[in-house]
Amino acid sequence: MTAVSTKASPVEQAGDAPRRTVKPKAHWRERLRRDWPLLLMAAPMMILVWGFWWIPSLGNVIAFQDYKPFTGGIFGSRLVGFTHFQMLFADAEFTRAMVNTLSITAFQLVFYFPVPIALALLMHSLVSERLRSMLQSVVYLPYFFSWVLVVAIFQQMLGGAGLLSQVLRANGFEAVDWMTDPDTFILLVTSQAIWKEAGFGAIIFLAALAAIDPNQYEAAAVDGAGRWRRLWHITLPGIRPVIVLLLILRLGDALNVGFEQFFLQRSAVGSQASEVFDTFVYYSGIRTGDFDYGAAAGLFKGVVGLVLILAANRFAHLLGEQGVYSK
Amino acid sequence: MKATRPAWEEKPTIGGQALKGTSIVVIALLILFPLYTIALTSLSSGETVNRVGGLVIWPGDGVTFSAYEQMFRNPVVLRSLVVSLAVTAVGTVISVVVSILGAYSLSRPGSFGHKSILFSVLLMFVIFPGLIPVYLWVSAIGLRDNYLAIILPMAVSAFNVVVLRAFFMSIPQELFDSARIDGAGEFRVLWQIVTPLSKAVIAVVTLFYAVGYWNNWFNAFLYLDDTSKWPLALVLRTYVVESAPLPQASGLQDAPPTLAVKMAIVMVAIIPALIIYPFVQKHFKKGVIIGAVKG
Repeated sequence: MTAVSTKASPVEQAGDAPRRTVKPKAHWRERLRRDWPLLLMAAPMMILVWGFWWIPSLGNVIAFQDYKPFTGGIFGSRLVGFTHFQMLFADAEFTRAMVNTLSITAFQLVFYFPVPIALALLMHSLVSERLRSMLQSVVYLPYFFSWVLVVAIFQQMLGGAGLLSQVLRANGFEAVDWMTDPDTFILLVTSQAIWKEAGFGAIIFLAALAAIDPNQYEAAAVDGAGRWRRLWHITLPGIRPVIVLLLILRLGDALNVGFEQFFLQRSAVGSQASEVFDTFVYYSGIRTGDFDYGAAAGLFKGVVGLVLILAANRFAHLLGEQGVYSK
Repeated sequence: MKATRPAWEEKPTIGGQALKGTSIVVIALLILFPLYTIALTSLSSGETVNRVGGLVIWPGDGVTFSAYEQMFRNPVVLRSLVVSLAVTAVGTVISVVVSILGAYSLSRPGSFGHKSILFSVLLMFVIFPGLIPVYLWVSAIGLRDNYLAIILPMAVSAFNVVVLRAFFMSIPQELFDSARIDGAGEFRVLWQIVTPLSKAVIAVVTLFYAVGYWNNWFNAFLYLDDTSKWPLALVLRTYVVESAPLPQASGLQDAPPTLAVKMAIVMVAIIPALIIYPFVQKHFKKGVIIGAVKG
């Protein structure tokens, strides 16, 4: 959930209020003397952000090198230009990872994306405050479980030795094992994602629903609009900006389907079905030690992802929606 | 606080009511039933589990803590539990303190260096260093087999910083102004005015960080070669998901755990979330995060 905002201070924002006269910008030395406590406060965060985010980012140069971890290192390895990228596009496994990733994204756009909206509509429609609150507590909970737990729980329910097979066998049917079946893997990961995250994902839609002016409903009801017409003409338009925003975010994030969920189940279903971008980076880079090749795959994903996010946001602005960040 | 249906709204149809009721029950069961049967199995004796042939659905065979005893007798599990608790506690304190300080600094536009600091945080939403460069870097600066390797790389979450900053910025400017007129410095303003007003959002951010540390196994998997340093989440993965015995430094291998013990480990991994969650979840409903998400 990205929320990038460069909103100015409340003072600068206040539209009609008399604008505070902006002090002529002080000399930097004077501002430094005034603001050093703020800099001191930001320092630990900046050390961590630079030390574990931006400085390692520079390490992506190895994607263009014939990287020798022991003999050359990052400064002593030979540059090879775009060789690794050419190899990537010729690599059938890379293509498969890309196809799998995009299929899962597309599948989840259709079968995952509407679920939080439906859940929010259901919870919003409950008149009893108690019941709604209880249901919210239950559906948010799995969001705080790790993927390890979720996979373990699904294994115990749907796996070959799981509860479902146990019940089927006891009743004379053949056992099923959905945890190792590559053909149904996309269904499995989507149901896991729904189980874990759809409830928490409903929060933002619930907030949008709560923001709709109830007078609109009353006026429509007085004019004779039934509940379905009110849903269609008031509720859905009311939450449309949020739906569009999240849809765009998801499209911008098309290459990200998560890592842990696939990594954890890769050995059970095989790489044919479960290889996605991020697992490809891990296996081609760290597991086999071809750091430069893996870094190239990761960099490719990062650059394409960045372009997608910017394009999706531009598209949002074209539609007249707010997008992720303001212009 | 019993809500009532507004006068203009028509009474729900019986079919609609039934459909809604059924969906609520089904949704709740889909989430709660697996937890129930796992909890019950972890509390069952080995004989019960063998007789049922798997997970226990029906209570009535009595409750025993033998699986938990067995689990805690296993030095690997016990040690990993201590590691997880310590890493979560230390990591969360570091993260929350660093994020509050940073977010407060970022909530003051116009100050020295404000734009560049803000930029380097916001850019984290769209540009990622990538797995391999981070892996090589953390290994290169000598953090292999060091607990810091599973804390520092995830210590600052840009999302949490932005959530805190958005809340700090919504605090009325007058409070700051009057405090400053009274001669309070930045640290004093933060400690005596901002933090008391932001308890709810700080609670939520603390939960996010704590859950992140408690659940993280991948950093430990990457950087901790010494299995005696492994956190519970990684032991859970090895024992329960992979069903493999834990690799021992001594070369000895213990037998894979029984189903009841596995389920006991699952329970221990879930329980902290179950304990803390009720205290924090009310803030979600009040929409603490939403304010920031809307930016």
